[in-house]
Amino acid sequence: MTLLFNLMAQSLQMLLVLALAPLLIGFVRKLKARLLRRRGPPIIQPWLDLIRLLRKEVVLAENASWLYRWAPYLIFAMIWVAASLVPTFATGLTFSWSADLIAIIALLGSARFFLALAGMDIGTSFGGIGSSREAMFGSLAEPAMMMIVFTVSFVAGTTQLSEIAAYMAGNLELRASVGMALVALLIVAIAENGRIPVDNPATHLELTMVHEAMVLEYSGRYLALIELASALKLLLYLSLIACVFFPVGLASHDAGAEAMMIGLGAYVLKLAIGGGALALFETSTAKMRIFRVPDFLGAGLMLGLLATLLVFVTRSL
Amino acid sequence: MPLYLALTCVSALLAVSVYAIVDRRNHDVSRNVYRLCVGLCCVIFLAAVMPRGAHVVSTVLPLGLPWIGMHVRIDVLTAFFLAVVNLGAAAASAYAIGYGAHEKEPMRVLPFYPAFLAGMNLVVLADDAFTFLVAWEFMSLTSWALVLTHHHEEENRHAGFVYLLMASFGGFALLMAFGVLGGVGGAYDFASIRESTKMGWTSGLVLALAIVGMGSKAGLAPLHIWLPLAHPAAPSHVSALMSGVMTKVAVYGFIRVVFDLLGPPAFWWSVEPMTFGAASALIGVLFATIQSDLKKLLAYSTIENIGVIFIALGLALAFKANGMALPAALAFTAALFHVFNHSLFKSLLFFGAGAVLNASGERSIERLGGLIHSMPKTAFLFLGGCVAIAALPPLNGFVSEWLVFQAILLSPSLPQWTVKLLVPAVGVALALSAALGAGCYIRAYGVAFLGRPRSEAARKAHDPDRWSLATMAVLLTLCLTAGLLPSLLIDTISPVAKDFVGGRMPTQAELSWLSIAPVAESRSSYNGLLVFLFILFSAYSARWVIHKFGTARSRRAPAWDCGHIEASPMTQYTGSSFAQPIRRTLGVIAFSVRERLDMPAPGDTRTARLSVDIKDRIFDYLYAPLTRAVESCATGLNILSLLTIQEYLALVFAALVFLLVLVAI
Repeated sequence: MTLLFNLMAQSLQMLLVLALAPLLIGFVRKLKARLLRRRGPPIIQPWLDLIRLLRKEVVLAENASWLYRWAPYLIFAMIWVAASLVPTFATGLTFSWSADLIAIIALLGSARFFLALAGMDIGTSFGGIGSSREAMFGSLAEPAMMMIVFTVSFVAGTTQLSEIAAYMAGNLELRASVGMALVALLIVAIAENGRIPVDNPATHLELTMVHEAMVLEYSGRYLALIELASALKLLLYLSLIACVFFPVGLASHDAGAEAMMIGLGAYVLKLAIGGGALALFETSTAKMRIFRVPDFLGAGLMLGLLATLLVFVTRSL
Repeated sequence: MPLYLALTCVSALLAVSVYAIVDRRNHDVSRNVYRLCVGLCCVIFLAAVMPRGAHVVSTVLPLGLPWIGMHVRIDVLTAFFLAVVNLGAAAASAYAIGYGAHEKEPMRVLPFYPAFLAGMNLVVLADDAFTFLVAWEFMSLTSWALVLTHHHEEENRHAGFVYLLMASFGGFALLMAFGVLGGVGGAYDFASIRESTKMGWTSGLVLALAIVGMGSKAGLAPLHIWLPLAHPAAPSHVSALMSGVMTKVAVYGFIRVVFDLLGPPAFWWSVEPMTFGAASALIGVLFATIQSDLKKLLAYSTIENIGVIFIALGLALAFKANGMALPAALAFTAALFHVFNHSLFKSLLFFGAGAVLNASGERSIERLGGLIHSMPKTAFLFLGGCVAIAALPPLNGFVSEWLVFQAILLSPSLPQWTVKLLVPAVGVALALSAALGAGCYIRAYGVAFLGRPRSEAARKAHDPDRWSLATMAVLLTLCLTAGLLPSLLIDTISPVAKDFVGGRMPTQAELSWLSIAPVAESRSSYNGLLVFLFILFSAYSARWVIHKFGTARSRRAPAWDCGHIEASPMTQYTGSSFAQPIRRTLGVIAFSVRERLDMPAPGDTRTARLSVDIKDRIFDYLYAPLTRAVESCATGLNILSLLTIQEYLALVFAALVFLLVLVAI
């Protein structure tokens, strides 16, 4: 009986992240449009786009191989799994112990690996440009992310996300190292999701683009899967920030339905605040030149490293 | 029993190499030799994993030096490395049954190949310094002969020369290391060395010499310069052996000397392996990222992986010195796990590179492309190898790297400041090299196997024979199994950890759902099988939804490429252009890259040129001055050869007097 309840909570979470991710994108777009004094499309527009893409015929380039056709499924599956392993409204769900924070990051790395390969499969120069830049960003963002993991897990004594969230909820105090890790995580999140100032999710056909260049040749259901996966990734990073640094309202896995409902409300509220902040930030900055991005990410890496060292120093005093 | 079985097989391997010479006129000799090697290696593998009544089996054979004899021994560590070596060797031999047919001068490979296998096995079996060193040199020399297989090319002769130089240098360091270990008493069997007490400075000296000696064979930076030259020069199955297996023999030697013979460690012993390991990991991966020769790229990536192994060993030393048995066992297990993993996927990748080389005659990825269409099976297997070595879940490379990270996360409880501050720095290096490694293999696979073929050879390539494909498939299956069920391997390693660092990880097989938790489940856990099933489930449910509610229609059309696709496949991104962002961001520091752009003025019809200069700083700042110093000494000493007979006599007399005075004092 307990197992059944646990499984239900777990599948509920999987469906929840899936349902919310495009809405989050729609919300950010709407807010950005309002900030620019436009009206903007409705919030459910990304869902409508996805459904329409699903019904469209796929146009495959002549040179596309099996890898090109497999990749969207793999990318989507990996990011979905990673996103459903991050606690959203409750901690300690049934399968949360099957992968810790390091494994979640590695899952995102796998998705990036296949996306970059898919970008090179057709043999166009745009695909190569996107993949090569994605590989560069990844090779700086991933170590920065690892440093954040180091900091957080040195503080909490575990890499298990549910345990970290529980620890952070129980020990609400201001720590310089955790603050630095938060800033570093924000930098990584912006870069990994291809948001301004690193990449522009709204442009197409521009030499500075990264993510769009890789998926340029995708169409129909494949494009739908990739779009959904990138929406899930944004949701994942927001949930990660929320659960590690602002674990307020998270229900524990054995709490009753009432606590779960409170957790759900708190989660949606946190997503709205995060999305709002992102929209505000994106409208107030401009995109960087491509070779400025390593400096930006390097700052993230340095902050992460400093945070780690700080934890080492303070722990032994 | 297992010991005698193994020894019989080793001598049988030597007999096979004699057979290869005797039967050289036979048309089928190549197949026969490799078949015999497969059989013998499989038998040694079985002997290694065979349950032994006692933990340790040893014997003394009446060979070698008269008053020493030849000590051989199998303990848990030997058994583990025998299994790794012979698994890799059996795979390489099986691959070569088909691949060997392409060899133009088989007699340059066949006699040395079984001897090389025998040498590697003997190093692992040896239980006294004399046998160890003889076997070590035997291994070096046979592999040197194999490097020179294609001796007609100038480049390969150079590789052979550098290899011989570095191997002798390393062997010399080992000789001194064992000399110091044996001490004045002069007992050179490992049992007496183990018993003897060492003074403070001796352990430091032996440690340094062991790092130099074993590290130069393993490819630890800055002693790695021979490796990227020699490994690609040999035929591909030998490259796989040298990269995937021989470097592991060097790791074995390091563990044997430092964890076993040298006695209880001091905390500062960990500094050297960790610093050199971190440097190797970074240097290896950076150079791999800019290589366009496929086999050279794989060789550089071996340097990276050896770095990871040494980082883990260094951590194990630090924990062991502080009596922290559980973390030490974790770090040690991570190192051995990575040893096993690397021998699997590096062999797989070299076999793939060999198949590509044979099918297209190309080693440079810049002239390949589109192989996924012409060599679909190889492309699939090579992709598996890339995912495994890039440390991506759910394959095995990720598990060992995850274990290393878990060991690093336990380091704040170490009491010494030196180690405490070193570990986070090593952690950054490890994280950076892991991320760069993934990028490196995206580039290698994407440029060589994906896109459109850049040459006629790449278009006409075809999959290799069944033996080669089957061997690669078996290796990939092993990679997947080790990634999905890591608990089995961890439990196999735990007796080794028990004997060598004095602790063991909790038994993993007892955990529910086959997940692994190195310390406690509340601290960290990972379940490869579940993650894998989860991914499959999600992918299939996405597929189901699409086919239920969407459309499955698709049609082929020319690529869009923003409305205009360039007809020539040469306009695709090449390996160099792919590496450009990383070269520009990290390359300037690491290998003093200088880019020069020659851009003609508007209206001028000259072609624009971009030239890139890449230098190995280690070579410039370490080896070049060393070579110059040796050369100037040699020139200086040349005067001695021009002396008259009186001057020679005077010199001898002076030397005599000097020595007498020395003795008198």
